[in-house]
Amino acid sequence: MPLTIPREEYMEQGHTACAGCGAALSMRYMLKAAGPKTALAIPACCWSVVPGEFPATNLKVPLLYTPFAAAGAAISGLREGLDAQGKEDYNVFAFAGDGGTADIGLQGLSAAMERGHNVIYIMYDNEAYMNTGIQRSGSTPYGAWTTTTPVGMKRDFKKQNKKFVADLMIAQNVPYVATATIGYPEDLERKISIAKSIKGPKFIQILSPCPPGWYHNSADTVKISRLAVESKVFPLYEFRNGKFSLFKPGKTARLTDYLSLQGRFAHLKDDEIKVIEESVNERWSYLLKKEQS
Amino acid sequence: MTGNEAVAAGVKLSNVKVIAAYPITPQTTIVEKLAEMVANGELNSKFIEVESEHSAMSAVTASEMTGVRSFTASSSHGLLYMHEALHWAAGMRLPLVMTVVNRAIGPPWSIWGEHTDSFNQKDTGWLQMYCETNQEAMDSILLGYKIAENNKLLLPVMNMLDAFTLSHTSEPVEVRSHSTAADYLGELELESKMDFNNPAGYGSIVPPDGPFMEMKKDMRDSMYNATNAIKKEITTFNDLFNAELPGLTENFMMEDADYALITLGAISSTAKYTIRKLRERGQKVGLIRLYFYRPFPGEEIVKAVKGLKGLGVVERNLSFGQRGPTFEDVATALYGRVDVPMRNYVVGLGGRDVRVKDYELMFENLVEGNNEIEWVNVEAR
Repeated sequence: MPLTIPREEYMEQGHTACAGCGAALSMRYMLKAAGPKTALAIPACCWSVVPGEFPATNLKVPLLYTPFAAAGAAISGLREGLDAQGKEDYNVFAFAGDGGTADIGLQGLSAAMERGHNVIYIMYDNEAYMNTGIQRSGSTPYGAWTTTTPVGMKRDFKKQNKKFVADLMIAQNVPYVATATIGYPEDLERKISIAKSIKGPKFIQILSPCPPGWYHNSADTVKISRLAVESKVFPLYEFRNGKFSLFKPGKTARLTDYLSLQGRFAHLKDDEIKVIEESVNERWSYLLKKEQS
Repeated sequence: MTGNEAVAAGVKLSNVKVIAAYPITPQTTIVEKLAEMVANGELNSKFIEVESEHSAMSAVTASEMTGVRSFTASSSHGLLYMHEALHWAAGMRLPLVMTVVNRAIGPPWSIWGEHTDSFNQKDTGWLQMYCETNQEAMDSILLGYKIAENNKLLLPVMNMLDAFTLSHTSEPVEVRSHSTAADYLGELELESKMDFNNPAGYGSIVPPDGPFMEMKKDMRDSMYNATNAIKKEITTFNDLFNAELPGLTENFMMEDADYALITLGAISSTAKYTIRKLRERGQKVGLIRLYFYRPFPGEEIVKAVKGLKGLGVVERNLSFGQRGPTFEDVATALYGRVDVPMRNYVVGLGGRDVRVKDYELMFENLVEGNNEIEWVNVEAR
C-alpha cells in the first residue's frame, strides 16, 4: 500500500523535545496536513519550549505563545483578526497539552467551540503535566504514577479515571471531533484533512506517548501508541455531523501488553489492573452503543 | 451622552476591527452599545462574545497580533481576572486600547466607584489615562490609539472612567468628525504583526543571558520617555478637533496657590467647584489633576508644586502597609528636587461620596503639620 503522508516538512530539525517524544511527532504530522497557510497558538505546555529559544523556531509557520488558559481565546482572536482582513483561507490551529486543555484551559476551549469559530483545536495528550515534570492532570489515567500521585507507602497512585475531553466536545455537539494517535499517522493525516475541510470548530485529541513521563523506552513510542488502541485503552473515533463511528482494530492486544512497557504502571497489583480492565471494557461497550444509537 | 456611550462612539470613530467583551457592571453598556452598532452595520467589526475577561484580553491580543485594531472594556473583578493577559499584551508590544470603568473590589460586594482595580494594574506595562468628563472619555479612545500605535512606543493604553459618575451619567459630548478621525488614525500598520512569509515564534522562551532584560528595559524606557510624544499628540489632537484635552496633567488655579490637592478622575470636578468657592473667600488654593498616571507625570508635578506650603494627595484607591500609591509616586517625583509638606487622603471607596465639605476639610487639614494618612468621610469606630 502506498504511503499517503505528505512529503513536505513544516517542522525542521533543532527542536528541544526529548528522544522519542510523541508530541513532536504529533506536531510534525499535524503540520504536514495543515500546510503553510497556518497560524498556531500554543499555550504553556512542552511545545512552548520545544520550538527553541528566541529568536529561533523550528516551525515553518508562525506561532503565537499564549498564557496557559488562553489557547481557546487566542485561536478565536486569530481567526476573527484574519477574517477581518479577508484571510479566510488561512488555517488557525491551537496546539495544547492535556493540562492546558482538560484542566486550566477547558473553559476557554469549550467557549471557543460553542461560539463556532472556524478553528481546529489539537490536544496533544501525554496524560500529565510533562513540561513541569510529570504532575497528574485531569487527563491522567487511573493507576498512573506521577510526581503528585507518587504511590508511596499508602499506594497513592491516581485513583480517578481519565477525563476524555473529546467526549465532552461530542456532548457539546462540536461539528467534528476525533481521537487519533501517532502510531496511526495516515489516520491522523486523514482526520486533520477532514477537519480542514469543515467550516466551523473542530477538536482532535492525539494520544502522544512521553518516554520520561510514562517511563518507557524511547524506541517504544510508536509501539505503545499502537498498543493503546489495540488494547482499547485509547479508542479511536470520529464524530461528524452528529454521527459517531468507532475504529475497531484488526489486531487486538491485552491490557497488560500496554501497561507492562510503562514504568508509571509498574507498581500496580492484579486487583488494581482489574479495575483498569473493567473500566476499559465498560467504556468500549459505551462507545459501541453510541455508534449503534 | 453617557460616559459609556461616549466610549462606544470613540471606538466607532477609531474604526476598530475586532472587539471581544464580557459583561460586568458598570462597563456592560459599552459593549452592549458596540454590539448594537455591529448588529446594525454602523460598525464593521468582528464581535467575539467571550466567556471571561481573561479570554477577552487573550482574544484581542491574538487579533491585534494579526494586524487589526482591537478593543475590549472591563471593570473591577473582571480587570483583575485579566491581570496575567495584561502583561502578555504589553509584553507583545501590542497597541491595544481598553476602557476600564473603575469599580470597587470585593468582598464585600460593591458595584460603585473607586480606582483600586486599575491601580492594581499600574505595573503591567499599560499606559493609564483617567478621565474627568464624558468628552474626555470619547477623545481618549482616539488619542489612546494614536499614542499606542506610535512606533516609538507600541504599548497598550488603559482609559479610565469612574463608575456611574461618568459611565451612566449624561453630559453634552461633541462627537468628533468621522472623516477627520479616519485621517487622524489611518489604518493600523503593525510592523511586528504575525508574518506568514517569515514565520516566527511570538513570545518564545528567552534564557537568562538572552535578551529578556533588554526587552523589559526597552518597554520601560519606551514608556518613561514617551511624555514628550504624548504632549505633542495632545496638542495635535486639540488643534485638529478643536478639543480641550489637558496635558499629562491639568493645573487648576495653581498660579499663586499656597495649598493644593492632587486628584484623578471624576472627583476632580467637585474639587474644582470647592476651590472656586474657597478662592471667593480669599483662600489661595488649587488643584493638580493627573490625566495620565502611566507614564507618571513627575516633571509636570515638580513644576506645579514649587512654592506651595502644603500638598494633599487624594487617593481613591487603597494599598496596605504603606501610604497610597499616588502619594508614593508624587513623593518619588519630588524627592531631592522640591521640598513641600505632603499629606495623604483616602476618599470615595466603594462609591462613597466625596463632597464639597470633604474637600473643605482636606484644605483645612493641609494647614496642619501632621503627616499621617487621613480617611475622609468615614465613620469613626
